[in-house]
Amino acid sequence: MYEVVIGLEVHVHLKTKTKAFCGCSTEFGQEPNSQVCPVCLGLPGCLPVLNKIALDYAIKVALSLNCKVQEYTKFDRKNYFYPDLPKNYQISQYDLPIARDGFLNIDLEDKVKRVGIRRVHLEEDAGKLIHQQDSSLVDFNRAGIPLLEIVSEPDINSPQETHEYLTILKSVIEYLEVSDCDMEKGSLRCDANISIRKKGAQELGVKTELKNMNSFKAVKDALSFEVERQTELLNKDKPIIQETRLWDARELKTVSMRIKEEAQDYRYFPDPDLTAFIINEAQIEEIKKTIPELPQGKMSRFIKDYGLSKYDAKILVSLKNNADYAEDCIKAYPNKDKKPIVNWLIGPLLSEANNRNCSLSELKIPGGKQELLKLVESAQAGKISHLMAKSVLNESIDSGIPCLTIIENKNLFQISDSGSLDNIVEEVVKENAKSVADYKQGKTNALMFMVGRVMRKTSGRANPKVVCEILKRRLTDA
Amino acid sequence: MENELYKLTAHELLEKIDKKEITSQEIIGFLKKRIKGVDSKVKAYVRLKDANLQSATCNLQSTLKGIPISIKDNICTDGLHTECCSKILQGFKPPYDATVITKLKQAGATVLAYKTNMDEFAFGSSTENSYFGPTRNPYDLERVPGGSSGGSAAAVAADEAVWALGTDTGGSIRQPACFCATVGLKPTYGRVSRYGLIAFASSLDQIGPITKDVEDAALLMNIIAGFDPKDSTSVNSAVPDYLQALEKDIKGIKIAIPKEYFVSGIDQEVKAAVLAAIDKLKDLGAQTSEVSLAHTEYAVPVYYIIATAEASSNLARFDAVQYGFRAESKKGKTQNLIEMYKQTRGEGFGQEAKRRIILGTFALSHGYYDAYYLRALKVKTLIKQDFDKIFREFDCIVTPTSPTAAFKIGEKIKDPLKMYLSDIYTISANLAGIPAISIPCGFTKKVLPVGLQILAKPFNEELLFRVAYAYEQNTPWHLEKPKL
Repeated sequence: MYEVVIGLEVHVHLKTKTKAFCGCSTEFGQEPNSQVCPVCLGLPGCLPVLNKIALDYAIKVALSLNCKVQEYTKFDRKNYFYPDLPKNYQISQYDLPIARDGFLNIDLEDKVKRVGIRRVHLEEDAGKLIHQQDSSLVDFNRAGIPLLEIVSEPDINSPQETHEYLTILKSVIEYLEVSDCDMEKGSLRCDANISIRKKGAQELGVKTELKNMNSFKAVKDALSFEVERQTELLNKDKPIIQETRLWDARELKTVSMRIKEEAQDYRYFPDPDLTAFIINEAQIEEIKKTIPELPQGKMSRFIKDYGLSKYDAKILVSLKNNADYAEDCIKAYPNKDKKPIVNWLIGPLLSEANNRNCSLSELKIPGGKQELLKLVESAQAGKISHLMAKSVLNESIDSGIPCLTIIENKNLFQISDSGSLDNIVEEVVKENAKSVADYKQGKTNALMFMVGRVMRKTSGRANPKVVCEILKRRLTDA
Repeated sequence: MENELYKLTAHELLEKIDKKEITSQEIIGFLKKRIKGVDSKVKAYVRLKDANLQSATCNLQSTLKGIPISIKDNICTDGLHTECCSKILQGFKPPYDATVITKLKQAGATVLAYKTNMDEFAFGSSTENSYFGPTRNPYDLERVPGGSSGGSAAAVAADEAVWALGTDTGGSIRQPACFCATVGLKPTYGRVSRYGLIAFASSLDQIGPITKDVEDAALLMNIIAGFDPKDSTSVNSAVPDYLQALEKDIKGIKIAIPKEYFVSGIDQEVKAAVLAAIDKLKDLGAQTSEVSLAHTEYAVPVYYIIATAEASSNLARFDAVQYGFRAESKKGKTQNLIEMYKQTRGEGFGQEAKRRIILGTFALSHGYYDAYYLRALKVKTLIKQDFDKIFREFDCIVTPTSPTAAFKIGEKIKDPLKMYLSDIYTISANLAGIPAISIPCGFTKKVLPVGLQILAKPFNEELLFRVAYAYEQNTPWHLEKPKL
């Protein structure tokens, strides 16, 4: 009966070598106040000079989000006092952002939904306060790092859609290699505006702004909490107050931070230290050339060219490194039916990568892709069981010994000929009279138990299918 | 003769150094003596007790051969106090040189460690708004030297400085130059780097020379002008050799005389001196015509909106977090963040600074922005167009620099509006971004200097030097000295 309306403000750190308006390094995790200079400290008399790479990166993201890059853009000062802000104003953009009017398609179960992008603008980050018992310290290493703000239209209608939007946005930006998008390190931050209204209503409800979420899951949880809270208020005919609320990750609830009436007047005005910028067609064309195939395009192509399911394709394209590696493997895989290699990629290989906290391409498989393909082929040809092949892969990465060498050295080839298996089956039948009796009384579990016994005796090398057939024959004959 | 050496200009001293008649050390020596002798009266310098006169040795082989220069207190000098004559910057020693200082050092100038007095943050027209107290006009110690670069102008006029740098946001070089019978140039906006100039109004500020004659101003501009990659608003175009522009001939030069600059509010003696100067320019071959700068009456209000708006933001950084003055917490009480801000800024800024911060904050406030700041920017464009139109037909514009000669200390300080009107003839050049020079053009009966202002189109400082030099070389005014 209620419709949820959500708009997102996402901030990403641009991965430029130097800060937005000075030559200081942007490296994360350095000694406090070791990456500062008179300019980013805002010392009197010092002037900002725009890092052109930051502008290029911003345009690159804007184009990838289908935005119209503005021909004329300028920087404005956002004035407010805070000790982490060295000049007590932030260089940002107000009425003439770098880009406007874009969109991002998000994949929902039943449809593709278009979420509008209102604006993309460039600004500088502030420093960081470190609170101690009776004082506070300021670390200005982060001050001046280029920050891209991406503001969506209020087109998102559920916490789940929000999660999808953030996932695909992050994926796109990672593909462009302009940001690490690491929420834990603060290189991606997200604030959300949320309101609810009666289904079909034209007017938007009163919104709250949510802050302090440090993972996509936290964003989703905070929004879900807020949906419930606002719904309950409306149901009880109580007013919703326009305010900023903080997500408390421990208590799993949002708490009021400040009411909008106390909102600050930022007194934006054009920064007289920076001249306006004209972005011309030629520059935009140059930047367009540097944009790679983006995840959604890649996904469609994978489905079309390699016959992948949408589910498989989506998993493989979410990280560019993974997608590139997967595509190389799929191309090199000699069979027309790509399903076996795809199953290997999204199964054992991705799980190895996840366990080792790396991407597919960073997995150190001895012998590389060729060895991997040989392993997959061996398993596919029944020379080695799939289960065995998986553990060989794991051991190979751990030990640095190539997969096929392990198989040969340890003689892990699958035993499929009945001549070799008959004797073992016979042993097992003799040793498990009760199971034989159970099977004859129709308990099929007993058969699987005996297959397991054979597997154990062969250290997993027996082909379970063949064992099953021999057993069935043997027990029926008797 | 030896005790007259302090009267010499930089180019005269350079000649003597070339002829090996004097060394830069000797120059610094007699300058020190002169400062000791007269600065207790003039008070052109600040923090005299704290500093050694000479800051650092420089390359004596370079153009300026060690000739000393005096610097206004709002231009950053590496390791030397730079306080904008404000309590709030107490003890601030920047770890960097302004670009102009770097250029001067490279050119072989000795940058003096004494800085010159100014209105706090360059807010004023009399140097009375200095935390260190007022500077006095060398021609009449009861009168102001003008401002905000009053210390620089008075030091040059009193021969306590060979030459000096000032800064000009609405007339702060030209008006004190006029009050002290010196030469003062505000360059085209973007001609001289602002890096290291502690900003008052970033879109209007320029650093420029205050000198004893036109040749020195040209020489100094040769060194400080030019593109600076550290200042995005500096302009990347070639700098001519300004000394080449110093011709005595101005035949055929077309001069516009704007009628709005000679009406109400102008002192009759000033008017007479300026009109006589215009006649002199005609004698020298220039053609003059009366023109109209229709938007002149809006210059002062437009200026006080734009300049204070920018200042309110520029001065926000003085919050006691990193540097400068921090107010002590009240006895027995701990100070929270807001109290630290309030107490520090309450005690650290003077009256006029507070007035301008409040004015500027108001002008930028939500709901007032369009009516004040935005409208002011539009009128600024109209003022610029007035000038563009005139420069299509004329080479330069000539006006008085100030409507009156130097006024008495205390005369206008209680009436900000009256004080603001003291810049009525100089403000337009900043709003239009054009270069303007003030040169001495006579004295009143009370022997107070009168200044002539010449304005040209952007990046045509050469023409200013040419006209100013021709006038100067055919008149005696620049040779006058105050009796101290």
